[in-house]
Amino acid sequence: MFRHGSRFLARATTMTWRRPFATDLQAEYVADSSFAEAWKKVVPNVDPPKTPSAFMSPRPATPSSIPSKLTVNFVLPYTSELSGKEVDMVIIPATTGQMGVLPGHVATIAELKPGILSVHEGNDVNKYFVSGGFAFVHANSFADIIAIEAVPLDRIDPNLVQKGLTDFTQKLNTASTDVEKAEAQIGIDVHSALNAALTG
Amino acid sequence: MAMAALRREGRRFATPLISPNPATVFRSSIIPSEEPVLSGVRCISTQVVRNRMKSVKNIQKITKAMKMVAASKLRAIQTRAENSRGLWQPFTALLGDTPSIDVKKNVIVTISADKGLCGGINSTSVKISRAMHKLNSGPDKENKYVVLGEKAKAQLVRDSKKDIELVMTELQKNPLNYTQRSLVAGVKWVMVSVMADDILKNVEFDALRIVYNKFQSVVSFLPTVSTVLSPEVVEREAESGGKLGDLDLYEIEGAETKGEVLQNLTEFQFSCMMYNAVLENATSEQGARMSAMDSSSRNAGDMLDRLTLTYNRTRQASITTELIEIISGASALEG
Repeated sequence: MFRHGSRFLARATTMTWRRPFATDLQAEYVADSSFAEAWKKVVPNVDPPKTPSAFMSPRPATPSSIPSKLTVNFVLPYTSELSGKEVDMVIIPATTGQMGVLPGHVATIAELKPGILSVHEGNDVNKYFVSGGFAFVHANSFADIIAIEAVPLDRIDPNLVQKGLTDFTQKLNTASTDVEKAEAQIGIDVHSALNAALTG
Repeated sequence: MAMAALRREGRRFATPLISPNPATVFRSSIIPSEEPVLSGVRCISTQVVRNRMKSVKNIQKITKAMKMVAASKLRAIQTRAENSRGLWQPFTALLGDTPSIDVKKNVIVTISADKGLCGGINSTSVKISRAMHKLNSGPDKENKYVVLGEKAKAQLVRDSKKDIELVMTELQKNPLNYTQRSLVAGVKWVMVSVMADDILKNVEFDALRIVYNKFQSVVSFLPTVSTVLSPEVVEREAESGGKLGDLDLYEIEGAETKGEVLQNLTEFQFSCMMYNAVLENATSEQGARMSAMDSSSRNAGDMLDRLTLTYNRTRQASITTELIEIISGASALEG
Protein backbone atom coordinates (compact mmCIF):
# COMPACT_ATOMS: atom_id res chain seq x y z
CA MET A 1 0.00 0.00 0.00
CA PHE A 2 2.79 2.34 0.88
CA ARG A 3 5.13 1.05 -1.77
CA HIS A 4 5.23 4.38 -3.51
CA GLY A 5 5.09 6.44 -0.37
CA SER A 6 8.79 7.14 -0.19
CA ARG A 7 8.86 8.22 -3.78
CA PHE A 8 5.98 10.63 -3.27
CA LEU A 9 7.59 12.06 -0.18
CA ALA A 10 10.87 12.53 -1.96
CA ARG A 11 9.15 14.22 -4.83
CA ALA A 12 7.08 16.45 -2.59
CA THR A 13 10.14 17.83 -0.87
CA THR A 14 12.23 18.33 -3.99
CA MET A 15 9.38 19.48 -6.15
CA THR A 16 9.69 22.88 -7.74
CA TRP A 17 6.98 24.38 -9.94
CA ARG A 18 8.02 24.49 -13.51
CA ARG A 19 5.68 27.38 -14.19
CA PRO A 20 4.14 29.91 -11.84
CA PHE A 21 0.61 29.65 -10.53
CA ALA A 22 -2.03 31.36 -12.62
CA THR A 23 -2.85 33.56 -9.65
CA ASP A 24 0.72 34.72 -9.21
CA LEU A 25 1.14 38.37 -9.90
CA GLN A 26 3.21 38.99 -12.96
CA ALA A 27 6.00 41.45 -12.80
CA GLU A 28 4.36 44.24 -14.71
CA TYR A 29 6.06 46.92 -16.67
CA VAL A 30 4.26 50.13 -15.77
CA ALA A 31 4.87 52.67 -18.48
CA ASP A 32 2.71 55.59 -17.60
CA SER A 33 1.62 55.70 -14.00
CA SER A 34 0.19 59.18 -14.38
CA PHE A 35 -2.31 57.77 -16.86
CA ALA A 36 -3.49 55.16 -14.38
CA GLU A 37 -3.78 57.81 -11.66
CA ALA A 38 -5.76 60.19 -13.86
CA TRP A 39 -7.96 57.30 -14.88
CA LYS A 40 -8.67 56.32 -11.29
CA LYS A 41 -9.73 59.87 -10.53
CA VAL A 42 -12.15 60.20 -13.46
CA VAL A 43 -13.49 56.66 -13.72
CA PRO A 44 -12.98 54.96 -10.38
CA ASN A 45 -15.24 51.98 -11.05
CA VAL A 46 -13.49 50.74 -14.19
CA ASP A 47 -9.99 49.32 -14.27
CA PRO A 48 -7.61 51.34 -16.42
CA PRO A 49 -7.01 49.73 -19.79
CA LYS A 50 -3.67 48.24 -20.69
CA THR A 51 -1.29 50.08 -22.95
CA PRO A 52 0.97 48.49 -25.55
CA SER A 53 4.10 48.77 -23.44
CA ALA A 54 2.59 46.32 -20.96
CA PHE A 55 2.78 43.63 -23.62
CA MET A 56 6.35 44.04 -24.74
CA SER A 57 9.55 43.23 -22.98
CA PRO A 58 11.45 46.39 -22.09
CA ARG A 59 14.52 47.17 -24.15
CA PRO A 60 17.84 47.22 -22.34
CA ALA A 61 19.59 50.50 -21.68
CA THR A 62 22.50 51.64 -23.81
CA PRO A 63 25.59 49.72 -22.65
CA SER A 64 28.77 51.68 -21.95
CA SER A 65 30.87 49.54 -24.30
CA ILE A 66 29.83 48.56 -27.79
CA PRO A 67 28.46 44.99 -27.87
CA SER A 68 29.88 42.55 -30.39
CA LYS A 69 26.54 41.66 -31.93
CA LEU A 70 23.61 43.59 -33.35
CA THR A 71 20.12 42.54 -32.23
CA VAL A 72 17.73 42.61 -35.15
CA ASN A 73 13.94 42.53 -35.24
CA PHE A 74 12.66 42.18 -38.76
CA VAL A 75 8.84 42.22 -38.87
CA LEU A 76 6.21 41.92 -41.55
CA PRO A 77 2.43 42.25 -41.15
CA TYR A 78 1.93 38.50 -41.38
CA THR A 79 4.99 37.23 -39.57
CA SER A 80 8.07 38.12 -37.56
CA GLU A 81 10.88 37.12 -39.86
CA LEU A 82 13.61 37.70 -37.27
CA SER A 83 12.91 38.52 -33.67
CA GLY A 84 15.71 39.42 -31.34
CA LYS A 85 18.27 37.67 -33.49
CA GLU A 86 21.90 38.51 -32.86
CA VAL A 87 23.82 39.11 -36.08
CA ASP A 88 27.05 40.78 -37.17
CA MET A 89 25.71 43.25 -39.69
CA VAL A 90 22.64 44.19 -41.72
CA ILE A 91 22.61 46.18 -44.93
CA ILE A 92 19.43 48.20 -45.27
CA PRO A 93 18.10 49.67 -48.54
CA ALA A 94 17.42 53.20 -47.29
CA THR A 95 16.06 55.85 -49.64
CA THR A 96 19.41 57.62 -49.40
CA GLY A 97 21.32 54.51 -50.45
CA GLN A 98 22.41 51.19 -49.02
CA MET A 99 23.15 51.55 -45.32
CA GLY A 100 25.34 49.09 -43.46
CA VAL A 101 24.49 48.77 -39.78
CA LEU A 102 27.07 47.39 -37.36
CA PRO A 103 26.83 47.21 -33.56
CA GLY A 104 27.23 50.67 -32.07
CA HIS A 105 25.72 52.43 -35.08
CA VAL A 106 24.43 55.93 -34.38
CA ALA A 107 20.69 56.06 -33.66
CA THR A 108 18.89 56.50 -36.95
CA ILE A 109 15.43 56.51 -38.45
CA ALA A 110 15.50 55.55 -42.12
CA GLU A 111 12.85 55.11 -44.75
CA LEU A 112 13.28 52.08 -46.95
CA LYS A 113 12.93 51.81 -50.70
CA PRO A 114 12.45 48.60 -52.70
CA GLY A 115 15.77 46.77 -52.60
CA ILE A 116 17.86 44.09 -50.97
CA LEU A 117 18.11 43.68 -47.25
CA SER A 118 21.01 41.44 -46.36
CA VAL A 119 21.62 39.95 -42.96
CA HIS A 120 25.21 38.90 -42.27
CA GLU A 121 25.81 36.34 -39.60
CA GLY A 122 29.30 34.91 -39.52
CA ASN A 123 29.85 33.62 -43.04
CA ASP A 124 26.14 33.26 -43.77
CA VAL A 125 24.40 35.98 -45.72
CA ASN A 126 20.59 35.97 -45.93
CA LYS A 127 19.21 38.22 -48.62
CA TYR A 128 15.63 39.43 -48.77
CA PHE A 129 13.93 41.66 -51.27
CA VAL A 130 11.85 44.22 -49.34
CA SER A 131 9.18 46.41 -50.84
CA GLY A 132 9.57 49.38 -48.53
CA GLY A 133 8.99 50.38 -44.96
CA PHE A 134 11.00 51.79 -42.10
CA ALA A 135 14.14 50.92 -40.20
CA PHE A 136 15.05 52.17 -36.74
CA VAL A 137 18.53 51.77 -35.36
CA HIS A 138 18.66 52.40 -31.62
CA ALA A 139 21.64 53.51 -29.61
CA ASN A 140 21.68 50.22 -27.68
CA SER A 141 22.60 48.26 -30.84
CA PHE A 142 19.04 47.22 -31.54
CA ALA A 143 17.79 47.45 -35.11
CA ASP A 144 14.08 47.26 -35.95
CA ILE A 145 13.17 46.77 -39.57
CA ILE A 146 9.51 46.96 -40.57
CA ALA A 147 8.56 46.09 -44.11
CA ILE A 148 5.26 45.56 -45.85
CA GLU A 149 6.50 42.62 -47.85
CA ALA A 150 9.75 40.69 -47.99
CA VAL A 151 10.77 37.62 -49.94
CA PRO A 152 14.00 35.66 -49.81
CA LEU A 153 15.85 36.47 -52.99
CA ASP A 154 16.07 32.88 -54.25
CA ARG A 155 12.28 32.65 -54.47
CA ILE A 156 11.98 35.29 -57.17
CA ASP A 157 11.52 34.18 -60.77
CA PRO A 158 13.76 36.26 -63.11
CA ASN A 159 11.57 35.59 -66.16
CA LEU A 160 8.48 37.04 -64.45
CA VAL A 161 10.50 40.07 -63.39
CA GLN A 162 11.52 40.74 -66.99
CA LYS A 163 7.94 40.28 -68.14
CA GLY A 164 6.62 42.63 -65.45
CA LEU A 165 9.21 45.23 -66.36
CA THR A 166 8.19 45.25 -70.03
CA ASP A 167 4.49 45.25 -69.08
CA PHE A 168 4.85 48.28 -66.85
CA THR A 169 7.05 50.13 -69.39
CA GLN A 170 4.28 49.62 -71.90
CA LYS A 171 1.72 50.83 -69.40
CA LEU A 172 3.72 53.97 -68.70
CA ASN A 173 3.81 54.79 -72.42
CA THR A 174 0.05 54.35 -72.85
CA ALA A 175 -0.94 55.95 -69.53
CA SER A 176 -3.22 58.94 -69.93
CA THR A 177 -4.06 60.08 -66.38
CA ASP A 178 -1.68 61.05 -63.61
CA VAL A 179 -2.85 58.17 -61.42
CA GLU A 180 -2.13 55.61 -64.12
CA LYS A 181 1.26 57.15 -64.74
CA ALA A 182 2.15 57.05 -61.07
CA GLU A 183 1.01 53.43 -60.80
CA ALA A 184 3.08 52.43 -63.81
CA GLN A 185 6.07 54.33 -62.44
CA ILE A 186 5.82 52.45 -59.13
CA GLY A 187 5.65 49.18 -61.06
CA ILE A 188 8.75 50.06 -63.06
CA ASP A 189 10.64 51.13 -59.93
CA VAL A 190 9.88 47.89 -58.11
CA HIS A 191 10.64 45.68 -61.09
CA SER A 192 13.88 47.42 -61.98
CA ALA A 193 14.96 47.17 -58.34
CA LEU A 194 14.13 43.46 -58.47
CA ASN A 195 16.03 43.13 -61.72
CA ALA A 196 19.05 44.91 -60.30
CA ALA A 197 18.88 42.71 -57.21
CA LEU A 198 18.82 39.53 -59.27
CA THR A 199 21.53 40.47 -61.74
CA GLY A 200 23.79 42.41 -59.42
CA MET B 1 -77.22 45.18 -22.09
CA ALA B 2 -77.25 41.70 -23.42
CA MET B 3 -73.70 42.04 -24.61
CA ALA B 4 -72.53 43.13 -21.18
CA ALA B 5 -74.23 40.18 -19.59
CA LEU B 6 -72.66 37.86 -22.08
CA ARG B 7 -69.27 39.34 -21.40
CA ARG B 8 -69.79 38.91 -17.69
CA GLU B 9 -70.80 35.31 -18.23
CA GLY B 10 -67.83 34.73 -20.43
CA ARG B 11 -65.53 36.17 -17.85
CA ARG B 12 -67.05 33.92 -15.19
CA PHE B 13 -66.35 30.88 -17.32
CA ALA B 14 -62.94 31.99 -18.31
CA THR B 15 -61.66 32.90 -14.85
CA PRO B 16 -60.40 29.46 -13.96
CA LEU B 17 -58.57 29.33 -17.29
CA ILE B 18 -57.13 32.83 -17.45
CA SER B 19 -55.14 33.57 -14.40
CA PRO B 20 -54.44 37.27 -13.70
CA ASN B 21 -50.73 36.92 -14.28
CA PRO B 22 -49.81 35.42 -17.65
CA ALA B 23 -46.35 34.52 -16.40
CA THR B 24 -47.74 32.17 -13.82
CA VAL B 25 -49.76 30.38 -16.48
CA PHE B 26 -46.55 29.75 -18.37
CA ARG B 27 -44.79 28.62 -15.27
CA SER B 28 -47.58 26.39 -14.14
CA SER B 29 -47.48 24.56 -17.42
CA ILE B 30 -43.87 23.70 -16.83
CA ILE B 31 -44.01 22.92 -13.16
CA PRO B 32 -47.52 21.68 -12.59
CA SER B 33 -46.73 20.22 -9.21
CA GLU B 34 -46.77 23.68 -7.67
CA GLU B 35 -50.25 24.59 -8.87
CA PRO B 36 -53.40 22.52 -8.83
CA VAL B 37 -53.88 20.76 -12.15
CA LEU B 38 -57.04 21.95 -13.85
CA SER B 39 -59.68 19.33 -14.19
CA GLY B 40 -60.22 18.12 -17.71
CA VAL B 41 -56.96 19.55 -19.03
CA ARG B 42 -54.74 16.87 -17.66
CA CYS B 43 -52.67 16.20 -20.76
CA ILE B 44 -52.27 19.79 -21.91
CA SER B 45 -49.38 20.37 -19.55
CA THR B 46 -47.34 17.50 -20.96
CA GLN B 47 -48.01 18.87 -24.41
CA VAL B 48 -46.65 22.30 -23.43
CA VAL B 49 -43.61 20.79 -21.76
CA ARG B 50 -42.97 18.66 -24.80
CA ASN B 51 -43.07 21.71 -27.06
CA ARG B 52 -40.76 23.57 -24.78
CA MET B 53 -38.35 20.66 -24.70
CA LYS B 54 -38.31 20.65 -28.47
CA SER B 55 -37.54 24.35 -28.65
CA VAL B 56 -34.80 24.12 -26.03
CA LYS B 57 -33.28 21.25 -27.96
CA ASN B 58 -33.31 23.34 -31.13
CA ILE B 59 -31.70 26.27 -29.34
CA GLN B 60 -29.02 23.94 -28.05
CA LYS B 61 -28.36 22.70 -31.57
CA ILE B 62 -27.98 26.26 -32.83
CA THR B 63 -25.65 27.34 -30.04
CA LYS B 64 -23.55 24.23 -30.49
CA ALA B 65 -23.22 24.93 -34.19
CA MET B 66 -22.29 28.55 -33.50
CA LYS B 67 -19.65 27.38 -31.05
CA MET B 68 -18.16 25.07 -33.66
CA VAL B 69 -18.10 27.85 -36.24
CA ALA B 70 -16.49 30.26 -33.78
CA ALA B 71 -13.89 27.66 -32.82
CA SER B 72 -12.82 27.05 -36.38
CA LYS B 73 -12.72 30.77 -37.16
CA LEU B 74 -10.78 31.39 -33.97
CA ARG B 75 -8.04 28.98 -34.93
CA ALA B 76 -7.54 30.66 -38.28
CA ILE B 77 -7.48 34.20 -36.95
CA GLN B 78 -5.52 33.51 -33.78
CA THR B 79 -2.35 32.59 -35.65
CA ARG B 80 -2.69 35.71 -37.77
CA ALA B 81 -3.13 37.91 -34.72
CA GLU B 82 -0.16 36.33 -33.00
CA ASN B 83 1.99 36.76 -36.07
CA SER B 84 1.07 40.43 -36.29
CA ARG B 85 2.15 41.14 -32.72
CA GLY B 86 5.70 41.94 -33.75
CA LEU B 87 4.52 44.68 -36.05
CA TRP B 88 3.79 47.44 -33.55
CA GLN B 89 6.60 46.78 -31.10
CA PRO B 90 9.31 48.77 -32.92
CA PHE B 91 7.03 51.80 -32.99
CA THR B 92 6.37 51.63 -29.29
CA ALA B 93 10.08 51.19 -28.68
CA LEU B 94 10.83 54.29 -30.73
CA LEU B 95 7.93 56.64 -30.12
CA GLY B 96 7.08 55.45 -26.65
CA ASP B 97 3.73 54.74 -25.10
CA THR B 98 1.95 57.95 -24.26
CA PRO B 99 -1.64 57.40 -23.11
CA SER B 100 -1.50 60.37 -20.76
CA ILE B 101 -0.48 62.94 -23.34
CA ASP B 102 -2.53 66.12 -23.13
CA VAL B 103 -3.55 67.40 -26.55
CA LYS B 104 -6.39 69.42 -27.97
CA LYS B 105 -7.97 67.20 -30.60
CA ASN B 106 -8.48 63.66 -29.45
CA VAL B 107 -9.90 61.02 -31.73
CA ILE B 108 -11.00 57.79 -30.11
CA VAL B 109 -11.02 54.86 -32.49
CA THR B 110 -13.38 52.30 -31.00
CA ILE B 111 -13.01 48.84 -32.42
CA SER B 112 -15.88 46.41 -31.93
CA ALA B 113 -17.58 43.51 -33.63
CA ASP B 114 -20.38 43.61 -36.16
CA LYS B 115 -22.36 40.85 -34.53
CA GLY B 116 -23.50 40.21 -31.01
CA LEU B 117 -23.64 37.02 -28.96
CA CYS B 118 -20.01 37.38 -28.04
CA GLY B 119 -19.97 38.14 -24.35
CA GLY B 120 -19.01 41.58 -23.14
CA ILE B 121 -16.28 42.59 -25.56
CA ASN B 122 -18.34 45.18 -27.43
CA SER B 123 -19.65 46.87 -24.32
CA THR B 124 -16.16 46.80 -22.81
CA SER B 125 -14.68 48.72 -25.69
CA VAL B 126 -17.58 51.18 -25.61
CA LYS B 127 -17.19 51.64 -21.87
CA ILE B 128 -13.46 52.27 -22.18
CA SER B 129 -14.05 54.67 -25.07
CA ARG B 130 -16.56 56.66 -23.05
CA ALA B 131 -14.13 56.79 -20.17
CA MET B 132 -11.36 58.00 -22.49
CA HIS B 133 -13.73 60.67 -23.72
CA LYS B 134 -14.44 61.74 -20.18
CA LEU B 135 -10.77 61.61 -19.25
CA ASN B 136 -9.72 63.86 -22.10
CA SER B 137 -12.61 66.29 -22.02
CA GLY B 138 -12.15 69.82 -20.80
CA PRO B 139 -12.49 73.41 -21.93
CA ASP B 140 -11.22 74.06 -25.49
CA LYS B 141 -10.70 70.37 -26.08
CA GLU B 142 -12.28 68.30 -28.75
CA ASN B 143 -13.13 64.63 -28.58
CA LYS B 144 -14.36 62.68 -31.57
CA TYR B 145 -15.19 59.06 -32.13
CA VAL B 146 -14.31 56.90 -35.07
CA VAL B 147 -16.34 53.74 -34.76
CA LEU B 148 -15.49 50.42 -36.32
CA GLY B 149 -18.19 47.79 -36.12
CA GLU B 150 -21.95 47.77 -35.91
CA LYS B 151 -22.28 47.06 -32.21
CA ALA B 152 -20.25 49.96 -30.87
CA LYS B 153 -22.07 52.24 -33.30
CA ALA B 154 -25.44 51.16 -31.92
CA GLN B 155 -24.31 51.90 -28.39
CA LEU B 156 -22.50 55.17 -29.05
CA VAL B 157 -25.18 56.65 -31.29
CA ARG B 158 -27.52 56.77 -28.32
CA ASP B 159 -25.70 59.40 -26.27
CA SER B 160 -22.87 60.85 -28.32
CA LYS B 161 -24.21 61.00 -31.83
CA LYS B 162 -22.77 64.45 -32.48
CA ASP B 163 -19.26 63.31 -31.61
CA ILE B 164 -19.15 60.44 -34.07
CA GLU B 165 -17.03 61.46 -37.00
CA LEU B 166 -16.76 58.29 -39.02
CA VAL B 167 -18.34 54.84 -38.92
CA MET B 168 -16.98 51.77 -40.62
CA THR B 169 -18.81 48.47 -40.54
CA GLU B 170 -18.71 45.01 -42.08
CA LEU B 171 -15.06 44.44 -41.30
CA GLN B 172 -15.51 40.78 -40.67
CA LYS B 173 -17.17 39.87 -43.93
CA ASN B 174 -13.94 39.39 -45.79
CA PRO B 175 -10.65 38.23 -44.31
CA LEU B 176 -8.57 41.02 -42.88
CA ASN B 177 -5.29 41.90 -44.46
CA TYR B 178 -2.71 44.62 -44.37
CA THR B 179 -2.45 45.14 -48.12
CA GLN B 180 -3.84 43.41 -51.13
CA ARG B 181 -2.11 40.07 -51.15
CA SER B 182 -4.73 37.91 -52.70
CA LEU B 183 -3.17 34.75 -54.04
CA VAL B 184 -6.51 33.20 -54.95
CA ALA B 185 -8.42 35.15 -57.56
CA GLY B 186 -11.79 36.34 -56.35
CA VAL B 187 -10.95 36.41 -52.67
CA LYS B 188 -11.57 39.89 -51.36
CA TRP B 189 -9.45 41.14 -48.51
CA VAL B 190 -10.30 43.96 -46.23
CA MET B 191 -7.25 46.14 -46.49
CA VAL B 192 -6.43 47.66 -43.17
CA SER B 193 -3.95 50.06 -44.72
CA VAL B 194 -6.68 51.50 -46.92
CA MET B 195 -8.99 51.74 -43.94
CA ALA B 196 -6.34 53.53 -41.90
CA ASP B 197 -5.75 55.87 -44.82
CA ASP B 198 -9.47 56.69 -44.88
CA ILE B 199 -9.39 57.62 -41.23
CA LEU B 200 -6.26 59.73 -41.60
CA LYS B 201 -7.70 61.64 -44.54
CA ASN B 202 -11.11 62.33 -43.07
CA VAL B 203 -10.36 63.10 -39.46
CA GLU B 204 -8.30 65.89 -37.96
CA PHE B 205 -6.43 64.82 -34.89
CA ASP B 206 -3.61 65.50 -32.49
CA ALA B 207 -3.79 62.09 -30.90
CA LEU B 208 -5.52 58.95 -32.01
CA ARG B 209 -6.46 56.53 -29.30
CA ILE B 210 -7.26 53.05 -30.51
CA VAL B 211 -9.48 51.14 -28.08
CA TYR B 212 -9.68 47.40 -28.59
CA ASN B 213 -9.74 44.08 -26.77
CA LYS B 214 -6.43 42.30 -26.80
CA PHE B 215 -6.74 38.56 -27.01
CA GLN B 216 -5.10 36.73 -24.16
CA SER B 217 -6.92 33.42 -24.03
CA VAL B 218 -10.32 32.10 -25.02
CA VAL B 219 -11.78 33.34 -21.75
CA SER B 220 -9.80 36.49 -21.09
CA PHE B 221 -9.47 39.71 -23.04
CA LEU B 222 -7.65 42.81 -21.99
CA PRO B 223 -9.11 46.17 -22.95
CA THR B 224 -6.21 48.11 -24.39
CA VAL B 225 -5.57 51.67 -25.53
CA SER B 226 -2.86 52.39 -28.09
CA THR B 227 -1.96 56.00 -28.69
CA VAL B 228 -0.77 57.38 -32.00
CA LEU B 229 0.30 61.01 -32.11
CA SER B 230 0.15 63.34 -35.06
CA PRO B 231 3.49 64.33 -36.63
CA GLU B 232 3.21 67.89 -35.27
CA VAL B 233 2.72 66.68 -31.72
CA VAL B 234 5.60 64.22 -32.08
CA GLU B 235 7.87 67.01 -33.27
CA ARG B 236 6.75 69.37 -30.51
CA GLU B 237 7.23 66.77 -27.82
CA ALA B 238 10.63 65.79 -29.17
CA GLU B 239 11.85 69.37 -29.26
CA SER B 240 10.52 70.33 -25.88
CA GLY B 241 12.18 67.23 -24.46
CA GLY B 242 8.95 65.89 -23.02
CA LYS B 243 7.99 62.27 -23.22
CA LEU B 244 9.62 61.82 -26.59
CA GLY B 245 12.84 63.63 -25.74
CA ASP B 246 14.93 60.70 -26.96
CA LEU B 247 13.64 61.12 -30.47
CA ASP B 248 15.83 64.17 -31.02
CA LEU B 249 18.91 61.97 -30.66
CA TYR B 250 17.99 60.01 -33.76
CA GLU B 251 19.45 60.88 -37.10
CA ILE B 252 16.75 61.00 -39.72
CA GLU B 253 17.41 59.78 -43.21
CA GLY B 254 14.98 59.79 -46.08
CA ALA B 255 12.95 62.71 -47.34
CA GLU B 256 14.19 66.32 -47.32
CA THR B 257 12.63 67.48 -44.09
CA LYS B 258 12.19 65.91 -40.72
CA GLY B 259 8.48 66.70 -40.80
CA GLU B 260 7.98 64.67 -43.93
CA VAL B 261 9.64 61.61 -42.46
CA LEU B 262 7.66 61.99 -39.25
CA GLN B 263 4.46 62.28 -41.27
CA ASN B 264 5.22 59.02 -43.08
CA LEU B 265 6.32 57.44 -39.84
CA THR B 266 3.19 58.27 -37.86
CA GLU B 267 0.91 57.24 -40.71
CA PHE B 268 2.72 53.96 -40.97
CA GLN B 269 2.57 53.57 -37.21
CA PHE B 270 -1.18 54.13 -37.22
CA SER B 271 -1.79 51.57 -39.95
CA CYS B 272 0.39 48.99 -38.19
CA MET B 273 -1.29 49.62 -34.84
CA MET B 274 -4.70 49.41 -36.49
CA TYR B 275 -3.81 46.18 -38.22
CA ASN B 276 -2.83 44.52 -34.99
CA ALA B 277 -5.78 46.02 -33.10
CA VAL B 278 -8.36 44.89 -35.63
CA LEU B 279 -6.92 41.38 -35.68
CA GLU B 280 -6.72 41.18 -31.90
CA ASN B 281 -10.28 42.36 -31.56
CA ALA B 282 -11.52 39.89 -34.15
CA THR B 283 -9.73 37.10 -32.30
CA SER B 284 -11.23 38.21 -29.00
CA GLU B 285 -14.65 38.27 -30.62
CA GLN B 286 -14.38 34.69 -31.82
CA GLY B 287 -12.98 33.54 -28.50
CA ALA B 288 -15.72 35.31 -26.57
CA ARG B 289 -18.37 33.94 -28.86
CA MET B 290 -16.98 30.46 -28.44
CA SER B 291 -17.07 30.59 -24.66
CA ALA B 292 -20.49 32.30 -24.62
CA MET B 293 -21.97 29.68 -26.91
CA ASP B 294 -20.32 26.93 -24.92
CA SER B 295 -21.92 28.08 -21.70
CA SER B 296 -25.28 28.65 -23.35
CA SER B 297 -25.36 25.17 -24.85
CA ARG B 298 -24.44 23.80 -21.44
CA ASN B 299 -27.26 25.87 -19.97
CA ALA B 300 -29.69 24.55 -22.54
CA GLY B 301 -28.61 21.02 -21.64
CA ASP B 302 -29.30 21.65 -17.96
CA MET B 303 -32.68 23.10 -18.79
CA LEU B 304 -33.48 20.14 -20.98
CA ASP B 305 -32.63 17.76 -18.15
CA ARG B 306 -34.94 19.61 -15.79
CA LEU B 307 -37.74 19.71 -18.32
CA THR B 308 -37.37 16.01 -19.09
CA LEU B 309 -37.62 15.24 -15.41
CA THR B 310 -40.77 17.34 -15.06
CA TYR B 311 -42.25 15.83 -18.18
CA ASN B 312 -41.65 12.25 -17.04
CA ARG B 313 -42.94 12.96 -13.59
CA THR B 314 -46.15 14.51 -14.94
CA ARG B 315 -46.66 11.66 -17.34
CA GLN B 316 -46.13 9.11 -14.61
CA ALA B 317 -48.55 10.98 -12.33
CA SER B 318 -51.25 10.99 -14.97
CA ILE B 319 -50.75 7.29 -15.67
CA THR B 320 -51.01 6.53 -11.97
CA THR B 321 -54.18 8.59 -11.68
CA GLU B 322 -55.71 6.78 -14.62
CA LEU B 323 -54.82 3.41 -13.15
CA ILE B 324 -56.36 4.34 -9.84
CA GLU B 325 -59.49 5.49 -11.61
CA ILE B 326 -59.75 2.24 -13.55
CA ILE B 327 -59.07 0.07 -10.54
CA SER B 328 -61.45 1.93 -8.29
CA GLY B 329 -64.08 1.84 -11.04
CA ALA B 330 -63.61 -1.89 -11.45
CA SER B 331 -63.76 -2.51 -7.72
CA ALA B 332 -66.91 -0.38 -7.49
CA LEU B 333 -68.56 -2.54 -10.16
CA GLU B 334 -67.49 -5.71 -8.41
CA GLY B 335 -68.60 -4.57 -5.01
